[in-house]
Amino acid sequence: MSKLSRRAFLKGSITAAGSVAAATTVAKAAAAMTKDQSEPLVTLIDINKCIGCEECVFACQESNAEKFPEPEKPFPKMFPKRVPVQDWSDKRDVMDRLTPYNWLFIQTASVTIDGEETELTIPRRCMHCENPPCVKLCPWGAAKQENNGLSRIDSDLCLGGSKCKSVCPWHIPERQTGAGLYLDILPSLAGNGNMHKCDRCYDRLEKDEQPACIEACPEDVQIIGPKTEILKKAHALAKEMNGYIYGEHENGGTNTIYVSPVPFEELNKSIEKGKGKPHLEKVEDMMADGTNIAKALLIAPVAGIAAAVGKFYLSSKEGR
Amino acid sequence: MKNRSKFSRYIYGITFLLLVVTGFGQMPVYKRYYISDIPGLGWLSQFYVTHMLHYIASFVLIALAVYAVISFFSSRSGKITVSGYLKIAIIIGLIASGGLMVIRNLSGVYLDHNLIIAVNLIHLALCMVLVGVSFYTLITRKRWIN
Repeated sequence: MSKLSRRAFLKGSITAAGSVAAATTVAKAAAAMTKDQSEPLVTLIDINKCIGCEECVFACQESNAEKFPEPEKPFPKMFPKRVPVQDWSDKRDVMDRLTPYNWLFIQTASVTIDGEETELTIPRRCMHCENPPCVKLCPWGAAKQENNGLSRIDSDLCLGGSKCKSVCPWHIPERQTGAGLYLDILPSLAGNGNMHKCDRCYDRLEKDEQPACIEACPEDVQIIGPKTEILKKAHALAKEMNGYIYGEHENGGTNTIYVSPVPFEELNKSIEKGKGKPHLEKVEDMMADGTNIAKALLIAPVAGIAAAVGKFYLSSKEGR
Repeated sequence: MKNRSKFSRYIYGITFLLLVVTGFGQMPVYKRYYISDIPGLGWLSQFYVTHMLHYIASFVLIALAVYAVISFFSSRSGKITVSGYLKIAIIIGLIASGGLMVIRNLSGVYLDHNLIIAVNLIHLALCMVLVGVSFYTLITRKRWIN
């Protein structure tokens, strides 16, 4: 059965009973795991299992519908004219890229495995970095990181400056103009809506439920658990399929680990990239330089003391 | 001796200016308002660059503050003026709130969300007050120490 026909078949005929049974078993395991806050929760995505049925995408949209922006129209005129209006509110059904109304989408790559042309489908969303630049560099603290490793944007606080998108190595967050706090401050002069991205269903996790995308998946493509355990599983899986891992070291480490039967360089070459469609390139630790200088800040007082000692030495020399 | 004091003041002035410019660069304003379009100022809209420069300038400010404190207490010459006390208090607040944000930016550090928001706003407010007070003392030629 070809990949596409299999996907079409599954879309129409997945039995609810089977899905629910599988999801419930995994939910119980994850619920137990979410209580262990000693280390971040990490998701493992087995690309080999994904059939591209988009059940996760539908589940994400349904589960997060209440969090989606409801912009006020007409939008306030913004100054200067170069400030872009970004309105997705009339295109809520777009599912082939990330938007403020679609926090997860399926990317497709055509690759060759064992001499056979194969289509792989990859669920893409926020990677939930260990040290997320979107959170750490947000000028207002509107982007937050929970101690279970997930990062999210508080849409009530976000002013839509899109800095989080600029500093994100995958440019994940998406903006909706006409919504959020900026409307109550200086809508013409500062801000431009609010930013949206996957929050790994933080509210469901708080209730010991799994993220919607994991629960809805009929193929158990994703699992979630404590970092050490998930990394162990990811390496075992990669070894088993003679595969490759993405996300463990990207941007200094993320809380999303992909395992693929083909190198990610190949996947990256094949996938459609661009606005709302993140790459699969190697990513250096964007916060590393900042962290190194932060450590150097500890010796700044020593530098001050040394300068003062130098001054006294020169003064006493001059006095003599 | 006088030259060294003048030199310290220049270093403080340049560091202060760099901190203010790069600090405001943490907000997405320079691109929006065409400032980074000015030839030579493109770096102002590069967040990682302004972030790095802000850290480096903070290093100089902290070192300079320690140097100034040791110099003052060892020489015991003159009295700190009212505006001097005010600026010292603000700078202490800026270093404390900035230090907290530096710690927050380290991997694996989770601080309370409300605390982060408060610290961000305090840091910005203190910066604005220091700019205002510094402008006033510059115009009225008020010194740190009399």
